[in-house]
Amino acid sequence: MNDDAPFVRILDVVKRFGDAPAALDHIDGEILGGRITGLVGPDGAGKTTLIRLMTGLMVPDEGKVEVLGFDTVTNAADIQAAIGYMPQRFGLYEDLSVQENLNLYADLRGLPLAERAATFDELLEFTDLKRFTARLAGKLSGGMKQKLGLACALLRKPRLLLLDEPGVGVDPISRRDLWKMVENLTAEGIGVVWSTAYLDEAEACDSVLLLNEGKLLFAGSPADLTARVADRVFKVSGIAHGRRQKLARLLDDDDVVDGVIQGEAIRLVMKPDTKPPTPDDGSSAPDVTTTPPRFEDAFIDMLGGGPGGRSKLAETQTPFTMEDSKPVIEAHGLTKRFGDFTAADDITFDIPRGQIFGLLGPNGAGKSTTFKMLCGLLKPTAGEGRVAGFDLRRDAAEARNRLGYMAQKFSLYGDLSVAQNLSFFAGVYGLSGTGKRERIQLMTDIFAFGRLLDMSAKDLPLGLKQRLALACAVLHEPEALFLDEPTSGVDPITRREFWTHINGLVEKGVTVLVTTHFMDEAEYCDRISLIYRGRSIALGSPDELKAQVASDKLPDPTMEDAFIALVQGSEEKEAA
Amino acid sequence: MWWTRLKALIVKELLAVLRDPKGRTVLIVPPIMQLLVFSYAATLEVTNVDVLVLNRDNGHWSQDLVQEIQGSPTFRSIRFTNSPDEVRVAIDTQKVIAAIEIGPTFSRDIEGSRPAKVQLILDGRRSNASQIVSGYLSRIVGTLAAETPAGQRMASSAVTVVARNWFNPNLTYQWFMVPNLVASIALLIGLIVTALSIARERELGTFDQLMVSPLRTHEILIGKLIPPMMIGLFHITIYILAAVFIFGVPLRGSLFLLYGSAVFYLAAVVGLGLFISALSMTQQQAILGAFLFMVPAMLLSGFATPIENMPSWLQPITYVNPLRYFLVIVKGVFLKDIPAVEVARQTIPLLLIAIVTLSAASWLFRRRLE
Repeated sequence: MNDDAPFVRILDVVKRFGDAPAALDHIDGEILGGRITGLVGPDGAGKTTLIRLMTGLMVPDEGKVEVLGFDTVTNAADIQAAIGYMPQRFGLYEDLSVQENLNLYADLRGLPLAERAATFDELLEFTDLKRFTARLAGKLSGGMKQKLGLACALLRKPRLLLLDEPGVGVDPISRRDLWKMVENLTAEGIGVVWSTAYLDEAEACDSVLLLNEGKLLFAGSPADLTARVADRVFKVSGIAHGRRQKLARLLDDDDVVDGVIQGEAIRLVMKPDTKPPTPDDGSSAPDVTTTPPRFEDAFIDMLGGGPGGRSKLAETQTPFTMEDSKPVIEAHGLTKRFGDFTAADDITFDIPRGQIFGLLGPNGAGKSTTFKMLCGLLKPTAGEGRVAGFDLRRDAAEARNRLGYMAQKFSLYGDLSVAQNLSFFAGVYGLSGTGKRERIQLMTDIFAFGRLLDMSAKDLPLGLKQRLALACAVLHEPEALFLDEPTSGVDPITRREFWTHINGLVEKGVTVLVTTHFMDEAEYCDRISLIYRGRSIALGSPDELKAQVASDKLPDPTMEDAFIALVQGSEEKEAA
Repeated sequence: MWWTRLKALIVKELLAVLRDPKGRTVLIVPPIMQLLVFSYAATLEVTNVDVLVLNRDNGHWSQDLVQEIQGSPTFRSIRFTNSPDEVRVAIDTQKVIAAIEIGPTFSRDIEGSRPAKVQLILDGRRSNASQIVSGYLSRIVGTLAAETPAGQRMASSAVTVVARNWFNPNLTYQWFMVPNLVASIALLIGLIVTALSIARERELGTFDQLMVSPLRTHEILIGKLIPPMMIGLFHITIYILAAVFIFGVPLRGSLFLLYGSAVFYLAAVVGLGLFISALSMTQQQAILGAFLFMVPAMLLSGFATPIENMPSWLQPITYVNPLRYFLVIVKGVFLKDIPAVEVARQTIPLLLIAIVTLSAASWLFRRRLE
């Protein structure tokens, strides 16, 4: 095999599970050595299936996969000896220490004893885990777990490294570290497959295979993909107020392919040869500039554009009066200790009516703890939380009646049908009789559940599950919505649809608290609290946070840049 | 308002069990298995056993004895041998459960009105069955003894015992077993369905969704309590119907009393299930916990072995076992017309157990929220 031959050749591969639509539908592709190939797509696109086909753990129904010149069906063992594979839930043993995990994998991979000391040393150095060899793998942070998983996959230097969503559950700083490590590997000629649902990760790959619902949308370099929307992406800034309403109106314009909120500004993708529409409300003309296209802009364009800006859900929402200036959600010195570990330390903020507030932070930083204390799932050790003026300790039931909750993981009843789920949540929130029937009918119309009402919720595609979760959360017209990483893993179209509804509801006076580690989601917030190691290290609007870290070197930082700079700043302060 | 919430929760709980294929299996397979296994296979009667006869006598008395044994429906086959060695081998290899050795002077001794002896060798490894076989054979020998000349002479002065079994005149095994099953199936189903319910929600992440809803803790507990009780009552009903119409067990007492106390019994069982459920993080732990309780509960209930036979230090433990009390009620209602006062006397402990387990479950449940 010469050096230029692709490491992996995927030839017209089809894979089906049961009667569902094909998980992989006639996929062709190549993966080259010495570069990072992104396997990109939302959850359920077929990424994991494709990786498992490459490892030979699964065989294709049609077509064939060749890895390093071997056929995956006939020579699976040869392939497995030559590749490194890091599954999605890192195959680490959480009750073993870092060193024990390494020993175990060295045994499994048959690493000669003589080579072990040197290999371990090199890998621990490489992954910066030397200080933690005695720590249990279960006690590592998300980022360190991924690094250890990577080290285990690299014990016998593979020619091809398959990484299944290494970026999930990893904070941006560790993500950058991980990325750098993998880049170093490619310099040695190793081929790397990095699967991801994050489109910003896709952008950094040398080439990508873009999957959506089992179909290959694009294969090539990310730059080729973004080129299709070059000069069509605009940033509309200088909108003082009402950027959500403005976006909704813009999205309904036929010339607009896609639009999202970016802090105080709006990002627009226009149809070819069109200009962003000027405001028709006579306000001062906003500042429109072209801006470099991103992977996501091109992806949406490829899917035929985002959804419109109208939210039927918001249109039917009875507005909450905006007159009283009392905040809807309040946190006063919220503190939670588990033993001698402080998960959240003196968190204070309040959210006025009709605002979106974001809790941003890496996994395990305390944002979930804070979130849970505010919706009554955890009792704070100190401090108090209020929702709609009700103390969560004393009037918990009153407070809960006024809040809607949507969890990160799909947490409706999978065995119940769509209609039964709606009926259950309506009942639990005290709706009955005609009131209940009308609300359920309304939700059915808005989210087009009509034909799906008798389907078990667990059998719905991810995007529809997400809609159902939103429907169940807003059935009782809550004053406050609690969203826990609401759109992680869903495709960008569903994500836009979701935010259109949320933006619409916020305009009607609904107050939203959202946790996220997703930088795009953070941009939708009016204000953000950056939680790190249990403390709020920064509080402000997305633009304010970005402005805090702007420098000559980085005049226009992204949310992720801001995040990293602020976290590093806080660490330096602590060290000092 | 609270009723709307509670109704929604109860309907959901029932649907969650019935729509889940695994849940449906739990409701259908174990009850049928238990009914079949306990009422047909796990019988304590001894039938279909083989015995060996070593007859060293030639007189007609030994012939009579052998014929009597042959005529008994208990024994499947009678084999004959002439060598004591073969007796040893046959017992050793479990070919036969008992061997009867008739001495060479048997008939002569009887005719001469001297004491005649029959030796019975039994397999002590199967102690229970051996005891019963020994009883059967002793009875046959006794009948024969009464017919001997000496026996006939003694008949006028001897005391004879006539046994009559009340409530179950023919000692039909199923009359004893099937009412027991009514109580044990409710334990099995009540415990498993409840133990799984909270653990399943924890595992699926729906538990948080319940906790942020306006449902109050006690409403959630009641909502988790009622559906398994309904399912338990359903199974009790099916088993009562099977007892009466399939197994022909008489139903002599009041069904009203039976169902009345069943509600308390189920409350006690479901309370235990909720306690186990609140304690476990996964469905696996919940199932293990349920069985950890269930196996000793069955053994310490008087189900198979009388509580009076247990050592005195063990007997107090049975006081906290709801099955113990409900077994008395079920058997009482079926086989004799148990008086209401006695039912009440057995129901009060059930009520106490229910109060304790439900409060414990609710305490644990709240504490887990911290």
